[in-house]
Amino acid sequence: MNNILEVKNLKKTFHTKDGEIQALENVSFELKDQEFVSIIGPSGCGKSTILSILANLEPKSSGTINIKDKKIGYMLQQDSLFEWKTVLENCMLGLELEKKATKENKEKVIKLLETYGLKDFINEYPNHLSGGMRQRVALIRTLATTPDILLLDEALSALDYQSRLAISDDIYKIMKKEKKTVIMVTHDIAEAISMSDRIIVLSKRPAIVKKIYDINLSNKSTPIENRKCKEFSILYDKIWRDLDVHI
Amino acid sequence: MSTYSKEHKLYLQKQKKEKRLVTISRLMIVILFLVIWELLSKYNVINSFLSSRPSEVLKTIITLWQENTLFMHIGITIYEVLLSFAIATIIGFVVATILWRYEILAKIIDPFLTILNSLPKVALGPLIIIWVGASINSIIFMSLLISTFITIITIYQGFKKTPTTYITLLKTMNANNIQIFTKAVLPSNIPTILNALKINISMSLIGVIMGELLVSKSGLGYLIMYGSQVFNINMVITGVVILGIISYIMYFLVEYLENYIKRKRGL
Repeated sequence: MNNILEVKNLKKTFHTKDGEIQALENVSFELKDQEFVSIIGPSGCGKSTILSILANLEPKSSGTINIKDKKIGYMLQQDSLFEWKTVLENCMLGLELEKKATKENKEKVIKLLETYGLKDFINEYPNHLSGGMRQRVALIRTLATTPDILLLDEALSALDYQSRLAISDDIYKIMKKEKKTVIMVTHDIAEAISMSDRIIVLSKRPAIVKKIYDINLSNKSTPIENRKCKEFSILYDKIWRDLDVHI
Repeated sequence: MSTYSKEHKLYLQKQKKEKRLVTISRLMIVILFLVIWELLSKYNVINSFLSSRPSEVLKTIITLWQENTLFMHIGITIYEVLLSFAIATIIGFVVATILWRYEILAKIIDPFLTILNSLPKVALGPLIIIWVGASINSIIFMSLLISTFITIITIYQGFKKTPTTYITLLKTMNANNIQIFTKAVLPSNIPTILNALKINISMSLIGVIMGELLVSKSGLGYLIMYGSQVFNINMVITGVVILGIISYIMYFLVEYLENYIKRKRGL
């Protein structure tokens, strides 16, 4: 199979003054080209840590990660738009850092913004945008550097429920259209089922891979439509049991 | 814009009215203060020899002007303030940047910065004259002692509080330290830096006057010192009044700069 990312026996321990916390015990999975995979798990189980390690923000304790020459783009929970830059300038940030802020690339970014409904806001400042629009700008900022693999770290959790549904539809369409491979970390079971090709369920901390679900919905279409499929509630129930939440 | 609703017009009117009230009230306070002062000393309720009076201050200013020394004193003081302000700003910015980059250094020198900042520098006055010499250098040195540390501390605190999400974001884009500084830390701290400038300009003025009181042959501090030595209270009060006006103008200029930058950044 054409795996573009392989994670084997990943282990991560955090060190603080008060001691050490084992976040990841043993996590292995692989990613196929253009696949949309969600990672779900109880809160505090180290889901986001996996993304941080993949993006080189955190060193791993042990294990192997095999990324075959693929470029990674990371989308954070907070949009982190720079208030002093316009929408376009914000989206050019990654290219500027890579010293690739050429005229052609700028045209490309403008085209992206136009295609995904931000045409009228290109020269606006972020404080004039709604939460959903800001997150869409953040997505285009991530796409601007043309990454192959996108890491979405609870990218929608800061939004209200309705914007969230709408944006999840948008993101899904954009990812499929741009032919991206995606790993999405979320705590929202419904969001995971409606968007993913596969779902990786993690255990409580220290995390191991508890189960991996292939999502084969009958008449699969967009995330909002997928919620109507008959398998949806069955999967929801299974994953809920796996998460084993006790408060 | 004649398309505003009646309600909005009323709102705008109210805002305008409030602004006018503030301006008029300020003027009234100044005028009232001057008139009462003048009258009290005129009818000998207060001793005008000890507390001067507005008309005498005005006379002193005119005399100084006729002697061609008024603008010389003002000019010297402003020159010293601007020089000290510029040096303190540069040192403050550079040191704050270094401290931000090397956090361990910041940890090490933190207590020393605090001590140096809160030290009563007047106490060092005589020493400064011995160290630096009885010249303008002593004045600038005194002023720098007063303004530099607070500038460093203010700017560094701002740098340290740069939202971590900005920095994380840049790290996900593989930015290096210089890029993190120029793309996020610096631009997100423009308001902090402007604030530091405001503090710095006031501190520089205080420092320069303190320096001039210690050692000088001209400047407003000299005027005040000389006035009190020859018991010419009019001259002392004149010096203080001009200082007040200068400090307000300088503060106003920095604030103007602040508003200009805010508008330019679309905030």
